[in-house]
Amino acid sequence: MATLEIRDLHVTVEADNATKEILKGVDLTVKQGETHAIMGPNGSGKSTLAYSLAGHPKYTITGGTVTLDGEDVLEMSVDERARAGLFLAMQYPVEVPGVSVSNFLRTSATAVRGEAPKLRTWVKEVKEAMERLNMDPAFAERNVNEGFSGGEKKRHEILQLELLKPKVAILDETDSGLDVDALRVVSEGVNRVRESGEVGTLLITHYTRILRYIKPDHVHVFSAGKIVESGGAELADKLENEGYEAYTKGGASE
Amino acid sequence: MAEAQNIPVGSTTAGSIAVAAESTVATRMSAPPSFDVADFPVPHGREEEWRFTPLERLRGLHDGTATATDAGVKVTVEAPEGVVVETVGRDDARLGRAGTPVDRVAAQAYSAFERASVVTVPKETVLTEPIRIAVHGEGGTAYAHQVIELGAFAEALVVIDHTGDAVLAANVEYVLGDGAKLTVVSVQDWDDKAVHAAQHDALLGRDASFKSVIVTFGGDVVRLHPRVTYAGPGGEAELYGLYFTDKGQHQEHRLLVDHNVPHCKSNVAYKGALQGDDAHAVWIGDVLIEAKAEGTDTYEMNRNLVLTDGARVDSVPNLEIETGEIVGAGHASATGRFDDEQLFYLMARGIPEQDARRLVVRGFFAELVQQIGVPDIEERLIAKIEEELEAAVA
Repeated sequence: MATLEIRDLHVTVEADNATKEILKGVDLTVKQGETHAIMGPNGSGKSTLAYSLAGHPKYTITGGTVTLDGEDVLEMSVDERARAGLFLAMQYPVEVPGVSVSNFLRTSATAVRGEAPKLRTWVKEVKEAMERLNMDPAFAERNVNEGFSGGEKKRHEILQLELLKPKVAILDETDSGLDVDALRVVSEGVNRVRESGEVGTLLITHYTRILRYIKPDHVHVFSAGKIVESGGAELADKLENEGYEAYTKGGASE
Repeated sequence: MAEAQNIPVGSTTAGSIAVAAESTVATRMSAPPSFDVADFPVPHGREEEWRFTPLERLRGLHDGTATATDAGVKVTVEAPEGVVVETVGRDDARLGRAGTPVDRVAAQAYSAFERASVVTVPKETVLTEPIRIAVHGEGGTAYAHQVIELGAFAEALVVIDHTGDAVLAANVEYVLGDGAKLTVVSVQDWDDKAVHAAQHDALLGRDASFKSVIVTFGGDVVRLHPRVTYAGPGGEAELYGLYFTDKGQHQEHRLLVDHNVPHCKSNVAYKGALQGDDAHAVWIGDVLIEAKAEGTDTYEMNRNLVLTDGARVDSVPNLEIETGEIVGAGHASATGRFDDEQLFYLMARGIPEQDARRLVVRGFFAELVQQIGVPDIEERLIAKIEEELEAAVA
């Protein structure tokens, strides 16, 4: 069973000619089939955790370990992490001029699966996945994220999640900027992947709204660069009612 | 329905973009066209037509100090049966019909060449094999003149390959008879030090079709000036270009389509990728629709993909319309960059770094390459693009 283990993770970032520690000892274990929600105020380091796990060059790991099924994730390049089974649905997916969605998806699936998917089944697979996400087939011929609306970008991220079938999916504020309809479609996509029981999900969010659609097994409150409280789904209800105030007292920076 | 527009489309990011305000194509030049180099002052670099060009790297082509040498360039013409290949003197009446030099270097080439090459495809001759012209630089300085003429209803594909090292200034004329169809692929695959400046003049007869594909990879400085004018209505010009500008290279393409007769079409599409410090690409697209050119249909487009920091693009589309009675007119220019965030995004989907770069560049050029319509040339271009990418990575 696939397990992502994060132990005492410390991460810094260079900003304004200074080194700033953002993650200050994160401990978390995500097992296949589990859904963990990480909630916290803006600037608490949630997205840094997501991007650090994916290997974004902006972040420097200064301490701790991350393993996926015992393999050292921190030693891997960005693409190796993806091929090992990590997936990051990004909050702000970037435009890639000149590369069509269909070409991108196929190249990506080929890399992650280790062989090119058979064309006929692949076309069908993509078409069906797009239909489930209410995506226009013409979408496949557009350039990756170029001119996409906020909702289209998120659907496109979840489309990739469905096609790449990772072991651990990190969803970084996938709910932000979505109207209720789009949120429902995107959440249904995530749930389809979760129902396979083969993915561990790390759902990073500022709002409890998405948790009405995607039920977490565990909820963690993130503040000032680490997890400060963990609990079950009921913890989200508490946050819904009380907000983050209890955790940010004492001016938890940023 | 007449539809006219003059919309400068700016850049997305990266490089620097200048979009010309309305100006007149003719008056922007510092001197009127002439065959005589003496009619042009030596440029100092601030003239509109020279302001992007590194004059100090032209090896004297612009100021009269570049003297032709014995070992300049070697030109080999391979033509299928039915084609007439001649070498002629300066006084041959067939020279200088398609256009007149518009800048000092082109006039210098016209004033200095000793012998010209004339390739003629007689009327109604439809070639099934291409005419291949190899221009190989032997390390010297040369002034050249090339005429390619198609008689009425003749059809031909001409592939001109530039390789080796040379300092070359040239004029190339394409004279198309009524109903003739000519596709020219000019590949600038020079060695690193080569300097190549050329004016290409195409004169299209009634209902003639001209397709020009300019492919620039090599050289230290390449400055090409493809120009189209029409001798009768119904002419159609497609001008495609593809360049890959590496570290330190200056590649400049300056186009002019002069819609001087009614009911002609033109479509211009140039795409370039740049990588490395001081890679500099310049694209000037002038389209002039004269008052008498009713029924004109034209579109021009330039796209640039900046792969690394330190590269610079100047892209200046300029559409000048003197009549509203046209079918359509438009232009667009955009420069985008491939940056670390794109790389991260693609790699985060399992795609290795080199594949990610290749994906982006191939995708960028694919649409244009498909327009060429000559399969073996298309394959060669794709291979060449890959090679450029590999070389840059190494």
